Amino acid sequence: MSTGGKGVADLGVPERRDGPDAPGEGGCAAAEPAGCGPAMTRRELMRHAAVVAAGSWLASCDEATREAFFQKHFRELTPEDRRRVIARLETDAKKRTGVDVKIADTSARPGVEFGYALDLSRCIGCRRCVEACVRENNQSRDPQVRWITVLEMDKERGVDLSHADAYYDRETVPAEGHFYMPVACQQCRRPQCVNVCPVGATWKEPDGIVVVDYNWCIGCRYCMAACPYGARRFNWREPHLPAEEVNPQTHYLGNRPRPKGVVEKCTWCIQRVRKGLYPACVEICPVGARKFGDLRDPNSEVRYVIENKRVFVLKEELNTQPKFYYFYGV
Amino acid sequence: MKRTWLAAALPAALAVVGSASATGHSTPAPSAPRAPAAHEADPSPEFAVPPPPFTDGIFPCSECHESMPVNMERRELTDEHTNVVLHHGPRERWCFDCHNPTDRDHLRLASGTLVPFTESWRLCGQCHGDKLRDWKVGVHGKRTGEWSGQKRYLLCAHCHDPHSPHFKPLAPRPAPKRPLEAAGR
Amino acid sequence: MPWRRIHLFYRFFEGSLRLWLSGDRWYWLWIAFLALCIGTGAAGYAEQLRGGLGVTHMRDPVSWGFYIGNFTFLVGIAAAAVVLVIPAYIYHWKPIKEIVILGELLAVSAIVMALLFVAVDIGRPDRSWHLMPFIGRLNFPTSLLAWDVLVLNIYGALNFVIVTHIVYRAFTGREYSKRFALPLILFSIPAAVSIHTVTAFVYNGLPARPFWNSAILAPRFLASAFCSGPAIILVMLQLLRRYTSVEIKMEAIWKIAELMAYAMFINLFLFGAEVFREFYSGTHHLLFTEYLFEGIDGHNTLVPYAWGSVFCSVTAFLLFLTPKTRQHPVTLNLGLLLIYSGVYIEKGVALVIPGFTPSVLGEIYEYSPSRVELQVAAGVFGVGFLVFTLMLKVAVPIMTGRFSLEKSPARAGRRAPGPAPEPEVAASGAA
Repeated sequence: MSTGGKGVADLGVPERRDGPDAPGEGGCAAAEPAGCGPAMTRRELMRHAAVVAAGSWLASCDEATREAFFQKHFRELTPEDRRRVIARLETDAKKRTGVDVKIADTSARPGVEFGYALDLSRCIGCRRCVEACVRENNQSRDPQVRWITVLEMDKERGVDLSHADAYYDRETVPAEGHFYMPVACQQCRRPQCVNVCPVGATWKEPDGIVVVDYNWCIGCRYCMAACPYGARRFNWREPHLPAEEVNPQTHYLGNRPRPKGVVEKCTWCIQRVRKGLYPACVEICPVGARKFGDLRDPNSEVRYVIENKRVFVLKEELNTQPKFYYFYGV
Repeated sequence: MKRTWLAAALPAALAVVGSASATGHSTPAPSAPRAPAAHEADPSPEFAVPPPPFTDGIFPCSECHESMPVNMERRELTDEHTNVVLHHGPRERWCFDCHNPTDRDHLRLASGTLVPFTESWRLCGQCHGDKLRDWKVGVHGKRTGEWSGQKRYLLCAHCHDPHSPHFKPLAPRPAPKRPLEAAGR
Repeated sequence: MPWRRIHLFYRFFEGSLRLWLSGDRWYWLWIAFLALCIGTGAAGYAEQLRGGLGVTHMRDPVSWGFYIGNFTFLVGIAAAAVVLVIPAYIYHWKPIKEIVILGELLAVSAIVMALLFVAVDIGRPDRSWHLMPFIGRLNFPTSLLAWDVLVLNIYGALNFVIVTHIVYRAFTGREYSKRFALPLILFSIPAAVSIHTVTAFVYNGLPARPFWNSAILAPRFLASAFCSGPAIILVMLQLLRRYTSVEIKMEAIWKIAELMAYAMFINLFLFGAEVFREFYSGTHHLLFTEYLFEGIDGHNTLVPYAWGSVFCSVTAFLLFLTPKTRQHPVTLNLGLLLIYSGVYIEKGVALVIPGFTPSVLGEIYEYSPSRVELQVAAGVFGVGFLVFTLMLKVAVPIMTGRFSLEKSPARAGRRAPGPAPEPEVAASGAA
């Protein structure tokens, strides 16, 4: 009796069958499709093959590639690990760019919390900050990566991002009836990007700078969806910049040469500010619209601005609490 | 007879002495107060600034002006300094409101105090007090130097032409590429 | 060493292999088609690995696109298996029980595809191990994507274990173990709800994206999942009914279609509630919905798709609501096609793209998938359908009893190592 053809409501037990078709040792029942042929050796072969393949791939990589593959998260590296990692990255960078790139890993100065202030009444939209940033931070020229976006807006509408234009192309600036608002990473106190990263590749340092470990990022771009300010950039292709434009003074968490497939963003020139200098954008601004300093220092410019000028932050209702303050100096 | 002679001679002598001393000397009349020295009026610390942005060879001004007569008449300059077009409150001001007619190597404050060109910020700050306050703490003007250490200051004149201070529009750097082109089609 | 067990399993695998390698012309045509899709996908992915994600049309303003849209939709399909599990196992509803297995096979295939879509979307797939708990550094519980990684894998494994257990037991001629399977099956119900809720929260939790940052998103996800997932199952059931000996009552099919109608009603209601809020309040948040349904300043790539999706969903709802059209094969299948298309668009491009357009700084970058993206997507769907096909190819004969241990005799002259096995006492089962 065959069990085939009827509803197997309970997938119940089929009856035992005796007779010529009874299962047992002996030849294959040619009528049924199941049950013949060598399988054990085939399975074994496949399993062994997989192991051998993985092993030989790992063995065939050179030590550097193996080390790169297994590199731990930056915050889990011992000082000894860090030195090794940095040495390898410096060698890599030298190979790729031909330049003797130095990668620092300076820690945050204790008791310092950085802040930034930008005078909207003075910015004329000349974009010199954009280019200084690109040069200082080794951003890819092709594909074009720019951490700072300068928005041209209508004075009549005020700050209205739905009517902002980043692609203005004028003979001279400022254009009549318009004002300019540069936007980059706001280094929020409650950074949304840090919350959403599934592997913890981005975090807020003690001095308030939100950083990315380019060797830990998996490139899922969730942080880009989460950022309300469009501050984060992705390396959609292998980044390229000419060797003569490489800035060799870099920081592991900042402007060192980055690979494709990872996210990057403004770090307030971490390689400069941790040495006591101003970010490149602050220094280049020809109208002095940009201010930077230590929020904990009562004598710093940023503290003065916050205490004496009319400051505001972008998208305040989102409660990201940026440390980037816009104000009107005049 | 002797007393009357003295009574006539004394005022005459005084008059001679008085008129002799009145010509050519800068001693002010006894009733006017002495102008304070610059550092007394505003005891701010020294701001280390780069040299003032003089046109080549123009300073020291006294090289030419020492020997020239002073013409206090308000006019348009036609012989020299014709490149200077005054667009700094031209109706209210002219050259000698800032420049010192008798010592061209210094600028003159409203109080009469003389300031060197290396401290011209004191002059600008008379009218632009709010900018001066901001500038002193480093909030006004181009910021370079060290955020926690020595800030590098510039004079007002390094960015603002004192005769025509309003910034001229700049040509902006190129716009960013559109997203598709930016990362290659 | 449980040699007997290993031997039994090898027989199962052997038999399966045979089943996979045997079939009629249509079967091989289908396999060839899937192989073509997979090949195309592999070629596209190789191009993407070489050139970087720049070969897609995703860019900084719209950083998620076709891949993640498909991912979201497929998570919904996977969650929809629960529609069939709940009545079957809670209410012991005979006509549905037999076809629950098919729903779980679909869930497994959908999870495989969903995870593949994530894998092809990330910029550094060589760093996937960073996502593993303990080995890598999974940002749990703060990151919703970390949650998603966990629940999707758990759900996939769960369904795989359940269905393999049931099917394998049937193969060896035994009933599934209630003690083992029932807790897992019961757990799979909240698990199914959880995968789609977590995926909704991935979008929902972002204050930067007002289009997604609405409380109604998670209920909408579930409603649209429950009306679209069964569509594939119903098509499949009709095919099985027609071409195999698996007995499926039309009442079961109609019942499921009716449930889908109710789910679609909730889906449309929630959608209507969202539309009301956006258009009536008329705040800046309206911009995204406006881009989707009307276009902004001449940018209107998505408009036809948005309206098409609404039309499909409403029509399908009406078709399934009315018993006459629900039960007529033509309108039934038309409805299935419409509901699938409608939700595919709604959960795919009509969800992801308007979230990014206009961008947070007001830029409108009009995204549409590139050739590579379409290729890779075809490949992923090919893999998923292949997995589904292969599993069905084994499960259906087991369900009909054509493929079982007693019907798969031992090989001539060769034995598993260890003591010689008894002549097949399949019924009582091994240790």
